[in-house]
Amino acid sequence: MARQFTPKVVTANALIEGDVIYLTDRDMWTRDMHMAELITDEAHAQLRLLDAQRRPSEAVGAYLADAAPGPNGPEPTHFREDFRRRGPSNYAHGKQEGRAYV
Amino acid sequence: MYKYSDFDADFVAERNAQFRGQVERRISGALTEDEFKPLRLMNGLYLQLHAYMLRVAVPYGTLNSRQMTKLADIADRWDKGYGHFTTRQNIQFNWPKLRDVPDILDALADVQMHAIQTSGNCIRNVTADHFAGAAADEIADPRPVAELIRQWSTDHPEFQFMPRKFKIAITGAASDRAVTKAHDIGLRIVERDGEEGFEVVVGGGLGRTPMIGKVLRDFLPRADLLAYLEATVSTWNQIGRRDNKYKARIKITVHELGIDTIREQVEARFEKLRPTYSGVDQALLADIEDQFAAPEFASRDVDAYDIAYRNDPVFRSWADTNLTPHMAEGHTIVSISLKAHGQTPGDATSDQMRVMASLAKRFGYDELRVSHEQNVILPHVHMADLPQIHAELKKAGLATANIGLVSDIIACPGMDYCALATARSIPIAQQIATRFDELKLENDIGELKIKISGCINACGHHHVGHIGILGLDRAGVENYQITLGGDATETAEIGSRVGPGFSYEEILPALERLIAAYLTLRETSGETFLETYRRLGAAPFKAALYPETKANAA
Repeated sequence: MARQFTPKVVTANALIEGDVIYLTDRDMWTRDMHMAELITDEAHAQLRLLDAQRRPSEAVGAYLADAAPGPNGPEPTHFREDFRRRGPSNYAHGKQEGRAYV
Repeated sequence: MYKYSDFDADFVAERNAQFRGQVERRISGALTEDEFKPLRLMNGLYLQLHAYMLRVAVPYGTLNSRQMTKLADIADRWDKGYGHFTTRQNIQFNWPKLRDVPDILDALADVQMHAIQTSGNCIRNVTADHFAGAAADEIADPRPVAELIRQWSTDHPEFQFMPRKFKIAITGAASDRAVTKAHDIGLRIVERDGEEGFEVVVGGGLGRTPMIGKVLRDFLPRADLLAYLEATVSTWNQIGRRDNKYKARIKITVHELGIDTIREQVEARFEKLRPTYSGVDQALLADIEDQFAAPEFASRDVDAYDIAYRNDPVFRSWADTNLTPHMAEGHTIVSISLKAHGQTPGDATSDQMRVMASLAKRFGYDELRVSHEQNVILPHVHMADLPQIHAELKKAGLATANIGLVSDIIACPGMDYCALATARSIPIAQQIATRFDELKLENDIGELKIKISGCINACGHHHVGHIGILGLDRAGVENYQITLGGDATETAEIGSRVGPGFSYEEILPALERLIAAYLTLRETSGETFLETYRRLGAAPFKAALYPETKANAA
């Protein structure tokens, strides 16, 4: 049996600020992982990654990150993605600065 | 210290103008990221986890007050009000915006600083003993030679696209405070029959394949240095493994071919290159040396120091840990700890940078140093000024008395910032420092070097820590491996891994067990952790780290 596909989000860094960004199903970039498009189909994931890579003036280093559905939208499954959506642990900088991230 | 010539200033200005154009073309879409990336890396600009990061060179760790103040201004204007001093004597800004970086580079150029060759497969910032020009045990100040190497290696046409990066460190003292044996080339100034020269060590390095460097030449006459360096780097540049990034560093070339083969090839190349050096470099070096002439050290009494030392226990404790003997009478070297308990190792706020700059200007002959141990040094201070300096440091949160102790931890940025990291380093360092401060055991434990890396690339020098901690990703969970017995000095050694790693929650209790075991095992209170480890080997420490294994085996 084929291995089950782990759901994904398309993520990258914003060209100017370097912020972590995610691709929404409306083809917009969001800084909030909960607003990202959760992709459950492998072929669709590849297409969406290509879509993101075609926007080099907005995003750098787009890739597919594992995610899981949550009550408010996609949630990270790996600690690296959890740090990316939040910010560093030594200062309240990054996304956690100024607003709740969950 | 060295002042830019017109040539230097023009060169940096031109590079900055080029980079400004490159950034504009990237933003306009004229350059793709693939085209832009090598250009930004050549100027020290990385894209990390949460933001861009700009790595600025502090050549051989030397700064004046104007430069330190400018770093503070940059942190305030374009970053988040702080900077991070690194294990290669650089400073990193963690939050610059792409559009602002050309302005930051221009601001740096105003004070004769830059970010050139702080990344990429070139010869990186040359590091040096952070006590250079001040230490009592020094043969000669290594910084003029370091500056000569910088000028030679900057934009060197042959060495811009090498198999991999190349790091050089230099010391002029018998005590190695520059980790020279863990560099691609380590240079030590030595004397033989009254003549000054270099011991050249090659093929050291940390990372995934840690190696202690081997002696390539035990005595190289001073005048032959650049020709010999060029021979060494060019030999490797031709035969170094470009097919495999993990085997590309010179340490692998030396390891695979053997030091004798490398020596033969280098010496043959050296014979060819040597006649091409006409002596211009030595004339240049003489000029550079004049600029590094030691200040006129004032002669005053040290009563103020004696009185404070007798009467103020906080001052005494700080003086006992944070001072190092100076070559000039009545003077001392002050290490300013950037390791306040619970804070991020190596971070300084802009206000703290200004305080350090001001102290250097008023009391320190306008000199500062950055150490690979992520502290800042006032290399020339008169003892009489110490009470005043201590009082001002204290007010700024900079008077932590812990140099060389358990909380003076080297830690890389780890997964809190770095895109390559596999686990966090900073919070581990914060927890260890906080815990041992609570236990009030630091002074009792004595000299102990803990070094933490958040991935196998070993920016946190974990291999050469008395206790090394390496953070890894094990099946999606942070896991920390402990190595013991590493040594970064002239008696350099790579530490040995003791056993399976510990989780994020388990690592601090494990360290507590380890250090408690040392306190029980040591023969006298003066026997350091490393000495006890060398006397007894890993077994008793292993038993302390893994008590359940011992119980199972019983």
